Amino acid sequence: MDLITILLSASFWAAAVRIASPLIFATMGELICERAGVLNLGIEGIMVIGAFTGWMAVYQGMPLWGGVGVAMAAGMLFGLLHATLTVPFGLSQHVVGLGVTLLATSTSSFAYRLILPEVTSPPKIDPFLPLEIPILSKIPILGEALFSQTPLTYAAFGTAALTAWVLFRTPLGLALRAAGENPAAVEAQGLSVTGLRMGAVIVGSGLMAVGGSFLTLSAFSSFFFEMVNGRGWICIALVVFGAWRPGKAVLGALLFAAFDALQVRLQQTPLGANLPYQVFLMAPYVLSILALILMSRSAQVPAALMVPYNKGER
Amino acid sequence: MRLEPIANPSLARQIGLPALALAATLATASLLVLLAGANPFATLGLILKGAVGSKFAVLETLNRATPLIFTGLSIAVAFRAKLWNIGAEAQLYAGAIVTVLLGTGAVPTPFALPAMAAAAVLAGALLLLGPVLLKVRLGVDEVVTTLMINFIMFLFVSYLLEGPMKDPAGMGWPKSVALMKEARLPRIIDGLRLHWGFALALIAAIGVWVIQTRTTLGFEMRAVGQNPAAARFAGMPVNMVLVKTALLSGGLAALAGFSEVAGLKGHLSLDLSPGFGYTGIIVAMLALLHPLGVVLSALFVAGIFVGSDSMSRAADVPTYIADMLLAVALLFMVLAILLTRVRVVK
Amino acid sequence: MTQTEAKAQDVVLRLDQITKRFGALVANDAISLTLNRGEVVALLGENGAGKTTLMNILFGHYTADDGRVEVMGKPLPPGNPRAALRAGVGMVHQHFTLADNLSVLDNICLGTASLWQMRQGRAAARARVEGLSRDFGLAVNPDAIIAHLSVGERQRVEILKALYRDAKILILDEPTAVLTPQEADALFETLRRATALGLSVLFISHKLHEVMAIASRCVVLRHGRVVAEVDTQATDPAQLAALMVGADIAQPQVAPGLTGPVRLRLQGVSTKSIGAAPGLVSVNLDLCSGQIVGLAGVSGNGQAALADLICGLTKPNIGRLAVEGVLDAGWTPRRAIEAGIARIPEDRHKTGTIPDFTLTENAVMERYATPEFSRKGWMNWRAATAFATAIITFYDVRCPGPDTRIRLLSGGNMQKLILGRVLQPDPKIILANQPVRGLDVGAIAYVHAQLIKARDAGAAILLISEDLDEIMGLADVVHVISDGRLSPGFSRGSMTATALGLWMAGHGFEGARDAA
Repeated sequence: MDLITILLSASFWAAAVRIASPLIFATMGELICERAGVLNLGIEGIMVIGAFTGWMAVYQGMPLWGGVGVAMAAGMLFGLLHATLTVPFGLSQHVVGLGVTLLATSTSSFAYRLILPEVTSPPKIDPFLPLEIPILSKIPILGEALFSQTPLTYAAFGTAALTAWVLFRTPLGLALRAAGENPAAVEAQGLSVTGLRMGAVIVGSGLMAVGGSFLTLSAFSSFFFEMVNGRGWICIALVVFGAWRPGKAVLGALLFAAFDALQVRLQQTPLGANLPYQVFLMAPYVLSILALILMSRSAQVPAALMVPYNKGER
Repeated sequence: MRLEPIANPSLARQIGLPALALAATLATASLLVLLAGANPFATLGLILKGAVGSKFAVLETLNRATPLIFTGLSIAVAFRAKLWNIGAEAQLYAGAIVTVLLGTGAVPTPFALPAMAAAAVLAGALLLLGPVLLKVRLGVDEVVTTLMINFIMFLFVSYLLEGPMKDPAGMGWPKSVALMKEARLPRIIDGLRLHWGFALALIAAIGVWVIQTRTTLGFEMRAVGQNPAAARFAGMPVNMVLVKTALLSGGLAALAGFSEVAGLKGHLSLDLSPGFGYTGIIVAMLALLHPLGVVLSALFVAGIFVGSDSMSRAADVPTYIADMLLAVALLFMVLAILLTRVRVVK
Repeated sequence: MTQTEAKAQDVVLRLDQITKRFGALVANDAISLTLNRGEVVALLGENGAGKTTLMNILFGHYTADDGRVEVMGKPLPPGNPRAALRAGVGMVHQHFTLADNLSVLDNICLGTASLWQMRQGRAAARARVEGLSRDFGLAVNPDAIIAHLSVGERQRVEILKALYRDAKILILDEPTAVLTPQEADALFETLRRATALGLSVLFISHKLHEVMAIASRCVVLRHGRVVAEVDTQATDPAQLAALMVGADIAQPQVAPGLTGPVRLRLQGVSTKSIGAAPGLVSVNLDLCSGQIVGLAGVSGNGQAALADLICGLTKPNIGRLAVEGVLDAGWTPRRAIEAGIARIPEDRHKTGTIPDFTLTENAVMERYATPEFSRKGWMNWRAATAFATAIITFYDVRCPGPDTRIRLLSGGNMQKLILGRVLQPDPKIILANQPVRGLDVGAIAYVHAQLIKARDAGAAILLISEDLDEIMGLADVVHVISDGRLSPGFSRGSMTATALGLWMAGHGFEGARDAA
């Protein structure tokens, strides 16, 4: 059977891990924001700005890791904008998030045209190359799938582990989670809800932008306007699917990426020849909706998600 | 810092702050133009001239405003009831698809236009029904579902245009068969390039305003948006109100698709909407969700787009400045409106 | 006064000329008080006297316009909760500040360790919490999730939070409002142990007998001013009450009602529990014309379930609800309104009104769909405005006019509008859920008078309150609710507060069921 051949091939699993990497960065970013009580709908635009700035920095001569740093800084800047409007001012997180997405997306397009007014096809850069981990990469199937990836993929999994550890093993994580559960409790213990939430949104936005930069610095080697293509929104669904837990969210991203890798391969099978290719391209979005429906009953939403906190108003 | 409500905001505050937001947007615009190495005054002048500087420019702006009035109304209606419909783009295409289906010979001529409009409204309404039912029944967030449906719908249209609805004479371009001549919206005045879709949009705006202020449904929609718990306690059928809101909102967005196909393009293609559904969010927010305000803000937004297009042909400033300006205007405006009602205290 | 001077070196807390204004309202007007080591001082005052504002200033939630706070002789920087905590001030708020989905230990540890620390040190924290629990008699499981705890247990967590941070001064804001009399006694025992160990307690209350029982000194606030400072030894409840309200108050003598036919009957009704709040368990209840039925109980024992049921927000899971003998299957808020039930909600702001709507819109919210205010879906705003204007006149709602947004009104005026909204059509049944919470003395008297008037006009009234005095003053029949179960009805004057307290603590229900 075709399906079994695909599922047993190492290249399929390597692709799944690769596709999951940007999603893991951005999902962790969104998860941190939401755990602290802020829904960040700026994610889609922040991924675009990350993809653009990271790529542009490298194109201008920076090293690859410098590009990642630039992307992160750009993401944090837009995170600061989002946080300022939604946390101390308590503006609608829906409206501000969509506004930030529009602003970040159009800023990328504007800057792209400003810097490269004449080009018809975007220039390429030399992206991250796979880094084979000695010994481990020699394990059959698993070695190719997990240990022959680019450094940014390893960083994605590292980020997820770090996120889980900070959230559930440190006083900072406890304070962040409490800010998303009951901000009044945090304030009563002498901590600043504003500081915690703003910090979470800024750092989370930085991670989203790194996720975006994965697309230009690791997956493809140049920047296209539509390249993020709803991945940010998918990450929002993944946070819900993962029940606001980093581990489950990573599993969700992998599952999702596996389906994505699968649909690409199924298109080349006899089945794919009989179905319009659009059906396969729809799969990620349909899956996201299904994931939300599936989790709707059991989801553990942070109690103060989307509830602005105004000191002294109790 | 914290926020303290102002009991009776002064008129200066109520007018001055939004004006300040507009000024700040203009300042940002000037800064961007400077970045692009052009003269801000000349460039902003070009935008203004491109938007309203000639008969052609004005008509172009009015034409561009038409779909934005519909999507802006759609979003204003939904957001007023705190129904976060981000799917106006998909509803627009749903309206466009049935417009083409019925306008290419399926319905005899005297009935074609009304049937197309009605079917478009129905298609858009039904498309939003799914997400709203998921919201009220299962608590699934409608932001993500409506966004996802935008992507799905776009791929669906792409499939239709390459398959069943493909124009055999399309020379490989993905576009549909053209509407019959009798299924096109006529021009309001002979010789002027402005179709009845614009008039329909104005009627829709007045209609929405009447519904919101004069009917029990409008009262319910506002109450549910402001305080669902109190609305439920007062005996309002909250879920039913949300469903009705969704039907109205989806229908309005679909009318944008109907009007663009039947009034302007004459066929369905993948570039039918350059994001009218998303821009509608800005239109609605700048109008403070007021249906009559939507008309004004749609004209403003359309003017910025049309003016920027024209300007970028003359000056070396990318046309994307329009999108940036509108995003900045949106963020400044929501902040300004908040500050008319609260003050920041230490 | 002499006692204060004698122990001057032992002063742990000194408030000096604290003034705080909110617009035109002076919430605190040059308030001064001192607290000595190892003593319990009561801060006594009616709702709105300025107690909570003062505490919020002390704890740094508000910044005073004038005056200063000294802790252990050192000035406390204003507007900084962290500084207050560090100086050893611990506060137990009236509304707990606990994160429901976190554990007891997490809530206690929150914010106590440096945020940049790598580890939580949970083992040491747990040992310390267990030690404090033992020393102060505050039994609670450190691993329990807050959402699963009773109100009394949550209060113990709040006190542990303060003790864990080495609080030297404990401020308790209306701590007994949520406790049974027996639980309150346990709290007093904890406070006695605490003061014996050198802690000082500022005890905020408006309940006279508690103040007499626990405090050594009593500072009385009225309209934001200190009107008296007395040793509890040298005073009595009547004098304190007079100081508190500014005049001798006679307990209102309410003549008993003339009981008529049953208007609303619950037979064996059970409802689903919602989260941690219990549902009803086989409740039988009759509301009769011309009678006020009082529902006493510690908050969170099923009052909300009963109120929601009568409001139409929930349906009986098991059992039957009948209005004037008619069973209703599709029970909804609208059906409840149509059945002639006047509903005064517990929370004026969250469920009673829509803050940004006008008085007119709020006035017709329940009946906008009736022929009186609309026809075929079209609103008749003229009739609506006339209705709102009538309410404003009859119920003396102080406001600029019917087009005012209701959020600009005071709590009392808001409540008057709600009263007018539901009482105007001459209701058959009235559900009054905490109708006077947060109101000033004048507004309270007004609301009570309206309820009695409605009763004498033949309405059947259910009065839900956490204030036992209010219930015993007004109700013709008292039921106690505990964990969703309803006690038998006790007629006026047949029960003492102590006996009701036993029922509130859950005693007596087993026997009652056997008897029934």
